[in-house]
Amino acid sequence: MSRAQRNRLEAGGLVDRSQVLDFSFDGKRYRGHAGDTLASALLANGVRLVGRSFKYHRPRGIFSAGAEEPSALVELRDGGRREPNTRATVAELYDGLEATSQNRWPSLGLDVLSMNRLVAPFLGAGFYYKTFMWPAKAWEKLYEPFIRRAAGLGRAAEGTDPDHYEKATTFCDVLVIGAGPAGLMAALAAGRTGARVILADEDFLPGGRLNAEVHEIGGQQGAAYAAHVAAELASLPNVRVMTRTTVFGVYDGGTYGALEKVNDHLRVPSPFQPRHRFWRIVARRAVLAAGATERPIVFGGNDRPGVMLAGAVGTYVQRFAVRPGRHVALFANNDAAWRGMLAAQAAGANVEAIVDVRGDVASVLTEAAKAKDIRVFTGARVIATHGKKLRTIDVASAERGHERLYIDTLAVSGGWSPAVHLTCHHGGRPVWNEAVAAFVPGATPPGLSVAGAANGSFALGAILKEGAQQGAEAAEALGFPVPPLDVPHTSEESTALQPFWHVADSKGAAFVDLQNDVTAKDVGIAHREGFRSVEHLKRYTTLGMATDQGRTSNVTGLAIMAELTGASIAETGTTIFRPPYTPVSLGALAGHHRGKDFRPVRLTPTHEWAAKLGAVFVETGPWLRAQYFPRKGEKDWLETVTREVKAVRSSVGLIDVSTFGKIDLQGPDVGTFLDRVYINTFSTLAVGKARYGVMLREDGMVMDDGTTARLAPEHYVMTTTTANAAKVYQHLEFCLQVLWPELDVSLASVSEHWAQIAIAGPVARTVLSRVVDKDVDVSDAALPFMGAIEGTVMGGVKARLFRLSFSGELGYEIAVPARQGAKLAQALMEAGHEYGITPYGTEALGVMRIEKGHVSGNELSGQTTAGDLGLGRMASPKKDYIGRVMAGRAGLIDPDRPSLVGFKPADRTKRLRAGAHFLGLGAPADMAHDEGYMTSVAYSPHLGHWIGLGLLKGGAKRVGDRVRAYDPVRGEEFELEVCAPGFIDPQGERLRG
Amino acid sequence: MRIPCPYCGERDAHEFAYLGDATLTRPDPAAEDAEARFHDYVYLRDNPAGAHVEWWYHANGCRQWLKVERDTRTHAIAAARAAREADTPAGDAA
Ligand SMILES: [Zn+2]
Repeated sequence: MSRAQRNRLEAGGLVDRSQVLDFSFDGKRYRGHAGDTLASALLANGVRLVGRSFKYHRPRGIFSAGAEEPSALVELRDGGRREPNTRATVAELYDGLEATSQNRWPSLGLDVLSMNRLVAPFLGAGFYYKTFMWPAKAWEKLYEPFIRRAAGLGRAAEGTDPDHYEKATTFCDVLVIGAGPAGLMAALAAGRTGARVILADEDFLPGGRLNAEVHEIGGQQGAAYAAHVAAELASLPNVRVMTRTTVFGVYDGGTYGALEKVNDHLRVPSPFQPRHRFWRIVARRAVLAAGATERPIVFGGNDRPGVMLAGAVGTYVQRFAVRPGRHVALFANNDAAWRGMLAAQAAGANVEAIVDVRGDVASVLTEAAKAKDIRVFTGARVIATHGKKLRTIDVASAERGHERLYIDTLAVSGGWSPAVHLTCHHGGRPVWNEAVAAFVPGATPPGLSVAGAANGSFALGAILKEGAQQGAEAAEALGFPVPPLDVPHTSEESTALQPFWHVADSKGAAFVDLQNDVTAKDVGIAHREGFRSVEHLKRYTTLGMATDQGRTSNVTGLAIMAELTGASIAETGTTIFRPPYTPVSLGALAGHHRGKDFRPVRLTPTHEWAAKLGAVFVETGPWLRAQYFPRKGEKDWLETVTREVKAVRSSVGLIDVSTFGKIDLQGPDVGTFLDRVYINTFSTLAVGKARYGVMLREDGMVMDDGTTARLAPEHYVMTTTTANAAKVYQHLEFCLQVLWPELDVSLASVSEHWAQIAIAGPVARTVLSRVVDKDVDVSDAALPFMGAIEGTVMGGVKARLFRLSFSGELGYEIAVPARQGAKLAQALMEAGHEYGITPYGTEALGVMRIEKGHVSGNELSGQTTAGDLGLGRMASPKKDYIGRVMAGRAGLIDPDRPSLVGFKPADRTKRLRAGAHFLGLGAPADMAHDEGYMTSVAYSPHLGHWIGLGLLKGGAKRVGDRVRAYDPVRGEEFELEVCAPGFIDPQGERLRG
Repeated sequence: MRIPCPYCGERDAHEFAYLGDATLTRPDPAAEDAEARFHDYVYLRDNPAGAHVEWWYHANGCRQWLKVERDTRTHAIAAARAAREADTPAGDAA
């Protein structure tokens, strides 16, 4: 044992004294042991002041020994790993731990902003609403920055978190939440039936209160018994014990959210291990055995470092072998707290006095105390405390009047509140149980039962029985045969308690909510100002709204409100809880989905090939596509793209178009089916031909477009846009399964199965003829414009050949099995070498489609009809199809609707911008005169100036007009000529060549 | 939430895409008042607190459209049937 640990008891505890861990707090070095928490190690070293309070910057110490901690919040680690507001009471000590206190400046001992206490009258209940109401402008400039600096808690991490987080899903028959006495018994009872059991506990050591108190169970010491049960559970192959795992939420269908702190107990996570793991646990049944949280009694000066929950004092003494102070007193209203204090005394804590609000305390307790020279004050209360860190308390009783005690640690117990939180997650409301003076679970989520202290059963014997029973019942309900389970014997214990909340005649600020600095007086103010509902009280005073969610304050605040109104607690109401039970790291919620890994990246079959050629890639949906292929000496992307376009228009180029959605349709009714989903007709399409189609949503707007080819009488293959591939497939399945189940059609998504490469340009046919096998005829007669044939390429590779063109040039698309894609690209490069075949990217493709006047994603915005896009004439009047009726609405066929036209800048040197709005010449720039907007622009190498497509009111009949392009975002405004959308080869002679 | 797919078994709701009210029938496009009927079909939806019959698509599974009876207050699912078999008696596929 290190000499420096001056408050470590000589013997006992569940820490490993052979392992000494170095750590620091505010730069000072200390030592603790494996099995310590940061809080127990600080106390072992005599550190009692650990933070400043949120609003008033009052000195605060360690108040609890668990997840309910309101005061001892510290920053752990640094840089990208910095973690503010970490509860020292649940932070497992590790070698090299570095913690700093929060909310103080310049130092913890001397805090300048503690003068906030002097202005405390202005910071009381409702101060957010009252004090800073006027003038509103001052909020941003004055009040908020001040409040932020003065009242901020910890600092957020700086930089990127270097650790990994992951998500996992698992399944079980019975999930047991909490590994205290009830949870251990429940898991054992269920586990022995053969059911798949998960036992989860936030602590790193199973046992709960058995590790923090002194009990005898079936002849064993309590902690030893817990270890014994945990060992049996670990030996059962159907049981999984998950320590350091907090079940934080109950979701639908028996789904539970849990956070496993896989590596928080190490300075840096082990190699290849995540820091946290987010679990989705699907359980057929669950037993909630989350225990209870001790609640304080509120009195003046109850926040001084040294005032601590009685159960926490017991925990530090028994589990961690730490004396929280030299001179200990207890202030309580119940028998359990007495037993804990007597046990602490026996273990080496110097308990000097017990103050109980009850006039009548069982003589077995008072006699035992007196026998150990503990002074007993019954019918008494603590009315004041003194010292920056606790030095003295003033006790008042009818019997002895006022007396000052020299005490540095005051254990406080006002009873226990069951941890009902998870029972509220499906809307259940806790109910007040007068017999145990606590809120107990009301309606519970389906499949979840509650056992032990969480259910309001506080005597250990009853807890063990209830746990075993609930565990067995859960398994039995699922059909597992339940063998008899002997619940071990433990001695009877009294849980007598007299509800007592608040020492009304005490001096000084009496804190209800230690974390948000809400006092009993604030509750009184809220009451005087007419707030009666608990929810209003919470919001007005901020009671229970800090990071601890009022674990130690909600019930007390409610009880004080009830006292003020004269109503019972049951009448006053309750607060309910929402997930998460304790804070969940954002990293765990994100898992691996962050940064570049936010979603999977899809690579085209030719990605490697394009990368070798120096392609610049662009994200299009989930895909990375080659955007352009810069060459040495080209000064910008525009020069590159212009070269690529010119190459295609003058010779030949190739581009990977594999990202288009591809859907295989087979069956006798495919033609009928396509006629119903496309506005145009496909049942009449000849075998060996392809057709461009447009499909609408049922509301009449364009959903998607693409070409569909008929490969055989009952076999079609459809292409969709890259962006809508999944949506169109889902839509087609809906139409088939829901609207027309009588149609005999089968669909299969084959997007991933085929690599597809487009070649375009005047010599495209020559190049193609060099890669197809000898028996494949690609002459104009055999494969005319819009032809579609099957054949083989590159010596036996199965292929589909489509004569299609998006660029306006003679063009083909060649589909081969996906893994042949790169080989095909290379073969085409070699075949076209003598013509200077040029790989081009999505930019050049975009330029050529704009030159050609084809619509694309910018125009298929979900707000355009086929008519708007100049495709209205494609619609067949002879049949019904999805969207036909609604597309006929007056508003959608209004000839004044903005519709597709082309634009040229009147001054040909001007660069056009997508998003610019159209205004009539001389019209004011306001919404009333808005005439539409530019959807797509490109620099046309063919014309030598910028061109655009846009949706203009009146559309085609405006050709020849002039309008203004108005772009307030870029501060540009100039004149445009309206023209037909089609800047090159309007007769389509090139693509038929 | 978990949806009992008749093909895949009980699966997490994340695997499904939602479409809404499954009690609507696509109107007869040849009807006299087809436009008014389609308007209601496309735009009008009830928002019941309680039992609701709705379409769910098992996108990351069997790619079947399911007709699911769900209580909108509790997310309890009474039945889930494949669209093509949706007219068979309730509950048999759940
Ligand atoms: Zn399925």
